[in-house]
Amino acid sequence: MKYIKFIILGIIFGIIMTKSEAVSWYRIQEMFRFQSFHMYGIIGSALAVGVILIQLITRKQIKNIEGNAIQLADKNFSISRYLFGGIIFGLGWALSGACPGPMFTLLGNGFSVFIVVIGSAILGTFTYGLLKDKLPH
Amino acid sequence: MVEFLSQAWPWYVSGPAIAIIMFLLLWVGGTFGVSSTLRTACSIGGAGKHISYFNFDWKNQIWNLVFVGGAVLGGWIASNFLDSNQVLGLSESTIADLAKLNINFDGGLAPEQIFNWSSLLTIKGFLVLVVGGFLVGFGARWAGGCTSGHAITGLSNLQIPSLIAVIGFFIGGLIMTFLIYPIIF
Repeated sequence: MKYIKFIILGIIFGIIMTKSEAVSWYRIQEMFRFQSFHMYGIIGSALAVGVILIQLITRKQIKNIEGNAIQLADKNFSISRYLFGGIIFGLGWALSGACPGPMFTLLGNGFSVFIVVIGSAILGTFTYGLLKDKLPH
Repeated sequence: MVEFLSQAWPWYVSGPAIAIIMFLLLWVGGTFGVSSTLRTACSIGGAGKHISYFNFDWKNQIWNLVFVGGAVLGGWIASNFLDSNQVLGLSESTIADLAKLNINFDGGLAPEQIFNWSSLLTIKGFLVLVVGGFLVGFGARWAGGCTSGHAITGLSNLQIPSLIAVIGFFIGGLIMTFLIYPIIF
């Protein structure tokens, strides 16, 4: 059962995202209105610990459980793709109040209509694939 | 223990916990990037036959679908077994701002008045649920990642492209919140 570790991590992730209220549409609005430190605290402290952990991985060449060195590829440099793509994503994030992780977690929280949000996000992904060569990257 | 976990978790517990999830995902041979699963879904649906972007061996991505399935389960567990019936600690100023837009704070994770099936038939509901989801999916792939891939993993790895993407996320989010919300709501 090589997948069991992924489902366990996913479950913990879903619990963290729910109990931290990071999945909340209200919290995302609060964040974009700069009316609470909460979401900035979550992202900021995740980064503070994340930077240390990634440094640890690269400097100590930590191996994954299969014995291979963990590789984190550098992203190709561009401005247009990240900026324009990011803006479109941000418009959707503030509108639906959910990025992809929370969409799935909220579904589990009993908001069954998130099936539609996820379906729309898949359609958006498909449309990107369709138009990819016509967009600046 | 259950009672302890059922309280709302403070940011300084949740943030580092998310970073540890990212680390453990790398350690077990994955990466932390949820929006990739949406591309995988297109591939499973057969989109690769017509569009090369979706033409890849999606079986190598099953682990990520399993992770996302776990996130659904985690949400279910949290709401059924770790729920303290606490009202979300939203700031008073946000409650007041949303009230001006006729969105009532109901104490839950998301406003029930929008996030229900019948609201799909209203213009506001359609915009939030369908257009909102579409933009997230489209933008995430154009930018090459979402909050987990860029804001957490990419920034942790000191990637300038991820910083540009996150700046984009905020430009889009602020435009939506301050310029478009007043028109929609």
